[in-house]
Amino acid sequence: MDENDPTDAEVQCDCAPTVQLTGAQAVIAQLEAEGVEVIFGYPGAQAIKLYDALHDSKKIRHILTRHEQGAVHVADGYARSSGRVGVVLVTSGPGATNTVTGIATAYMDSIPLVVITGQVPTTAIGTDAFQESDITTITLPITKHSYLIKDIAELILSLHEAFYIASSGRPGPVLIDIPSNVAAEMIHYVPITGKPSISSYRPTYKGNARQIREAAALIGKAKRPVLYVGGGVVASGATSELAQLAQLMQIPVATTLMAKGAFDPQDVLALGQPGMHGRHHVNHALAHSDLLIAVGTRFSDRVTGNARAFAPDTKVIHIDIDPAEIGKNHVAHVPIVGDARGILAGIIANLQQSQAMPRTQVWLQEIAAIAAAERSAQGGNREVADEGAIQPYELLSALNTLLIQTGRDVIVTTDVGQHQMWASQYLDIAEPRHFISSGGLGTMGFGLPAALGAQIANPGSLVICVSGDGSIQMNSQEMATCAVNSLPIKVVLLNNNSLGMVRQWQQLFCDRRYACTLLEDNPDFVKLAEAYSWKGYRITRSTEIGRALEWLISQSMPALLDVRIATEELVLPMVVPGEALGRVIDWGDV
Amino acid sequence: MQHTISILVDNKPGVLTRVTGLVARRGFNIESLAVDTTEDPRLSRVTLVMEADEVSIEQINKQLHKLINVHKIIDLTGADAIERELALFKVVAAPDKRNEIVEVASLFRANIVDVSQNALVVEATGTHDKLQALEDLLRPYGIKEIVRTGKIALSRGAKE
Repeated sequence: MDENDPTDAEVQCDCAPTVQLTGAQAVIAQLEAEGVEVIFGYPGAQAIKLYDALHDSKKIRHILTRHEQGAVHVADGYARSSGRVGVVLVTSGPGATNTVTGIATAYMDSIPLVVITGQVPTTAIGTDAFQESDITTITLPITKHSYLIKDIAELILSLHEAFYIASSGRPGPVLIDIPSNVAAEMIHYVPITGKPSISSYRPTYKGNARQIREAAALIGKAKRPVLYVGGGVVASGATSELAQLAQLMQIPVATTLMAKGAFDPQDVLALGQPGMHGRHHVNHALAHSDLLIAVGTRFSDRVTGNARAFAPDTKVIHIDIDPAEIGKNHVAHVPIVGDARGILAGIIANLQQSQAMPRTQVWLQEIAAIAAAERSAQGGNREVADEGAIQPYELLSALNTLLIQTGRDVIVTTDVGQHQMWASQYLDIAEPRHFISSGGLGTMGFGLPAALGAQIANPGSLVICVSGDGSIQMNSQEMATCAVNSLPIKVVLLNNNSLGMVRQWQQLFCDRRYACTLLEDNPDFVKLAEAYSWKGYRITRSTEIGRALEWLISQSMPALLDVRIATEELVLPMVVPGEALGRVIDWGDV
Repeated sequence: MQHTISILVDNKPGVLTRVTGLVARRGFNIESLAVDTTEDPRLSRVTLVMEADEVSIEQINKQLHKLINVHKIIDLTGADAIERELALFKVVAAPDKRNEIVEVASLFRANIVDVSQNALVVEATGTHDKLQALEDLLRPYGIKEIVRTGKIALSRGAKE
């Protein structure tokens, strides 16, 4: 991202002599000029020219996934773990429509992607041609922008703009649909570099100085402030400014799922995740604060519970690069539009100048007292029917300890469901871009391909995917992609033979009527792993945990650990859906 | 309340879909819509009329601004603006009623643009209320068909 680029340089064309290329060759050449090193995709008839041109590239590697949805999630995992733009190349029709869930996932979590789709020739558009789909229209609500290139003269500039739009301002996916005849036409190619000038798109980076002063003044006076931070802090690269502000004014920090890793979990000011499965002290802090400093977050319903009952009397400072987020879900008393990093730095400078002192001692003690009281009420002390069975908290706590002990750079991805919330509750992640999860869309099947992308972006890291028996089956075909590319990712499969989170809702709110949530006919996941040339191992007793996890992380190949847990395990505490944060179900209630 | 929003957009295929799709998926109903190119052929003006409260209209404006093809949004609601619609009325007009109808039309500075044995077509421009009043007066004669454009609007004075 070039948000801190002070120059407002117009697009520059290299003065090198132009070369005569096909549209497809020009696309690949321009992708090289954008610095793209890897493309994730799946070929097809209308993308054949693009693939033919890619075949000659010495700079760009192609990873062939086993499904186009997988390709988008891999690119997403690559983008989330590296901060770079993820690039996808697929064909028209079903190839394009298969990307939809992946694009929507990235859009909801503001992840920069450029998705290139092949399209039927311009003369065939609108005729219901073989493998024709109107993908730019289909993806309108889930892309930041899109292009259908009907004129080759627009091809290269559009591609260059796509990278800029995807990665600037509030990042997001951009789609480029290229008809096959445009890819075949000849063009005088000149690489395009520099910042494109799009008069109708000028994101605001610098926060308003008066608003920053006002925010600093409020923070200086607050006795019960909370920093409530989201994925925007990660996108902005504002984690050190966040830590600095928290330390300076002794403000506790609640990190949403999207911000996990943005603040050191070992810090006494770290609260953890707020919202539906947040611990009591976190939600207490949000609900009873006198000043919420919301940074790069959107007051999602999974955080606020009943939005109307959420912190009704609390002053709110809302910092976001997207002006539409401010006031969308919650009122903001001091709105600041811009890049979180610069704005937080500005607030810190104001506070230092006014020699503001923290006033939060009593507040921190209040929160700590609640935290201490609830710690004993966690899953560990409850009665279990089967004494030696593996409890999720036990498994994940052991994994957490082991991951810290390895001293390796560890990236965790998750799928969506109970295992995702347990992973968020029990794993300590101390660095941004090291916990990768589908936050907004909640896409089952995200975790495995995202892990693949994270491993490609970070070849030296230990990449762990925490998944479930429901989620893993939504993109298990990508196990082949891992094996073929020797990507040694590790899957910890929390297998409860059910769609656990929905089953949990049915247990709590539908009288245990488990409509269509029991997966009693699951495959043998160890054999499935082995079929893809992975290592596989299964454990059923808690005494096996230590050795099995050691085994898992020591594998040099991709490996899957099938962990059998009881079907009726729960993620607690849980705020009753649609209710205020105070309406909580906990172990004592079930 | 009813809002009239004037949106300056790129004159490119698909841009209208982006604008109207966004309004629809954020839960609003478009009451009237008018689109054409502007003095600059690269730009089109979309004039939208919709019912929304202040908070919602602010949110819609912000979301519309996020569309890369949107250059400028002006909320002409309550502003000093000229608003016009065009309507064509096909009115039943037996020979003995023709003069009366022509008289009603002239009161509204409307034109008779087609005459046939038993019908007249009246063309009128004006504000929504004026056209409504004309319609009410023509109704007793028997209106066979009405076609009305969406509202277009422009701010008064020299400013853009």
